[in-house]
Amino acid sequence: MKEILILLVSATFVNNVIFARFLGICPYIGVSKNLKTATGMGLGVIFVMTLATPITYAVDHAILIPFNAGYMRTAMFILIIASLVQVVELVVKKVSKPLYNALGIYLPLITTNCAILGVAILATQGKYSFLMATFFGFCSALGFTIAIIIFAGIRGKLEEANIPEPFKNVPIAFVTAAILAMAFMGFSGLVK
Amino acid sequence: MSALDEFSKGIIKENPVLRVLLGFCPTLAVTTTAINGIGMGVATAFVLLCSNIVISIISKAIPDKVRIPCYIVVIATFVTIVDLLIKAFSPELNKALGIFIPLIVVNCIILGRAEAFASKNNIFYSILDALGMGAGFTLALFILASIREILGNGTIFGMSVFGGSIPPVLVFIMPPGAFLTLGLMIAGVVVIEKKMEAGR
Repeated sequence: MKEILILLVSATFVNNVIFARFLGICPYIGVSKNLKTATGMGLGVIFVMTLATPITYAVDHAILIPFNAGYMRTAMFILIIASLVQVVELVVKKVSKPLYNALGIYLPLITTNCAILGVAILATQGKYSFLMATFFGFCSALGFTIAIIIFAGIRGKLEEANIPEPFKNVPIAFVTAAILAMAFMGFSGLVK
Repeated sequence: MSALDEFSKGIIKENPVLRVLLGFCPTLAVTTTAINGIGMGVATAFVLLCSNIVISIISKAIPDKVRIPCYIVVIATFVTIVDLLIKAFSPELNKALGIFIPLIVVNCIILGRAEAFASKNNIFYSILDALGMGAGFTLALFILASIREILGNGTIFGMSVFGGSIPPVLVFIMPPGAFLTLGLMIAGVVVIEKKMEAGR
């Protein structure tokens, strides 16, 4: 129980994918202009990452490690993730129309989201059990979602603010992210 | 467009990081020291060069519908080569760049150039394009990393800059410093471009 709690806090807040690990910055800056798209992207990432982490973990332990083919990890994982995203898109389209409408346009974008591949690789390096690796994937995605939703809220306000011309749009977003990252550094003492 | 333009556009006018705004993750993550910045830049430039060459050769043979997976396989192959090379020849750099070496495969700059340029142009122009974009990426990483290393650690390439007279501002080698410096750099490029346009 204690282990689960520590993993939750560490993967979600202390080692936040955006602010501590620098994974998934492109969608973080790109689709955070309003709250609705940010939430859609966040939920999409939770969905795909929670699926991708156990699958890549299983492939790693069932195929790559027994055959001593660790060098194939990068190529293998990216193909698994790319095809997984396609399958998820088809299944969601068939099973639930409202969910597809909410996540649909974000799913293709998630293939090139380096957070998915990054967390999948980190999960295999972290000496987790299968269940803990899945939970690690979920918590990391949760951290991404929290970060992007907070950020979208702030950017909504920034739209109305009087910003110096050169800083409009992306530069001010980075400065805002810097301040948010500083806030997230406050979590760093919580767990090792 | 002349050959020289194809090369030089990647360095300033269409700099992948500062103008086109792609490939942020490695840019922010590894630029704690100037050496790491250059290492990452060169590794990415190598993959970009190789993938641009191969894709410009094979693009006509690939059916349109499966082109993206094919490009990814080509890129992943070269990333694996770079990964193994760095592991063998520079364990230090391998440790510093860590997970971001395999992540070159999802660097949007590489897939972006494959899709937007190499698949439509001949091998000669694709090589020039890759060299220019690679140089632009490396330059951006080097500048960002130098600023962060000088301010955050008081050193450049490991040598002391201020001679210990000014205490380093630690926050610049931590995550907030990365975001802040990159934000200021992008804003700076916008200002420079406005000035150049006004002067024309």
